[in-house]
Amino acid sequence: MGHEILLFLTTFAASAVEAVEALTIVLAVGVVRGWRSTLVGVGAATAVLAAIVAILGPALRLIPIDSLRLVVGALLLAFGIQWLRKAILRASGYKPLHDEGAAFQRTRAEAEGAGQVEAGRMDWYSFTVAFKGVLLEGLEVTFIVVTFGSTQGSLGLAAGAAAAAVVVVVAVGLVVRGPLERVPENALKFGVGVLLTSFGIFWGGEGAGVSWPGSDVAILGVIAYIALLSLALTRVLRRTRPVLEPAATRA
Amino acid sequence: MRYLRSFGLFWWNFVVGDDWRVAAGLAVALFLTWLLEHNDVSAWWVLPVAVGLVLAESVRRESRKSSP
Repeated sequence: MGHEILLFLTTFAASAVEAVEALTIVLAVGVVRGWRSTLVGVGAATAVLAAIVAILGPALRLIPIDSLRLVVGALLLAFGIQWLRKAILRASGYKPLHDEGAAFQRTRAEAEGAGQVEAGRMDWYSFTVAFKGVLLEGLEVTFIVVTFGSTQGSLGLAAGAAAAAVVVVVAVGLVVRGPLERVPENALKFGVGVLLTSFGIFWGGEGAGVSWPGSDVAILGVIAYIALLSLALTRVLRRTRPVLEPAATRA
Repeated sequence: MRYLRSFGLFWWNFVVGDDWRVAAGLAVALFLTWLLEHNDVSAWWVLPVAVGLVLAESVRRESRKSSP
């Protein structure tokens, strides 16, 4: 039960962060160039992501559980440390924070500068930008959903958590009618990074043959250790931080 | 050929990310864990220690690069 709550929280938060970034791209293109081609691009990317989950999810169940945990643990460690590393560097001032407002303005300016198409025709610029934006932002979440869900035997729960996050982000986006600048993206990334890294350690270790002291309860100790380590690293780095302006681009 | 290279680069960036040393360190730690466990040595501590070391070293290196 505890693992399932953590699974839900991790996939929900990871999906929310990426959905906020994808929403910024889609809004900027849709507002400037129209919604029809943009939404076709969003739909096509969503279909590709859903197909990856539908194919990879059941396929992973065929792998023996120890091998699966080793592979999944290694992947989650790789993803988790990337998220955590960026979040620590951003929280300590060594990387600029992601600025959705600036990203929106930049994508909007690029969309305005691209060639126009006749009314009623497919706008391939809008399609491509929306498709790429949703696909690239969603790919990592898809892998998290598939790996996390398969290892826990809760693929439906993981996919549901990711979908729920997208629905919430889109609903808030519709209410706000603009990019979601106030979402604490770095804090969410920090939390997701801690959880992914912790589960990566736990499952990677089990896959390599480890018997954790305290069995399943050990995951709580690992999460506490990674959280404290990350906070300590942030604190140490903050002492010598430079002053940086927020940036529009993803580092 | 160019598409193949782009495809490979995409997956490299996707899985390995900005710092290949982190991925290499984790691979070594996972192998060491497997090796110790298969020689009846308890190795649950290897991955937590390795993650602490590679993460600290990676952010330290990046912060030095970013310092004026």
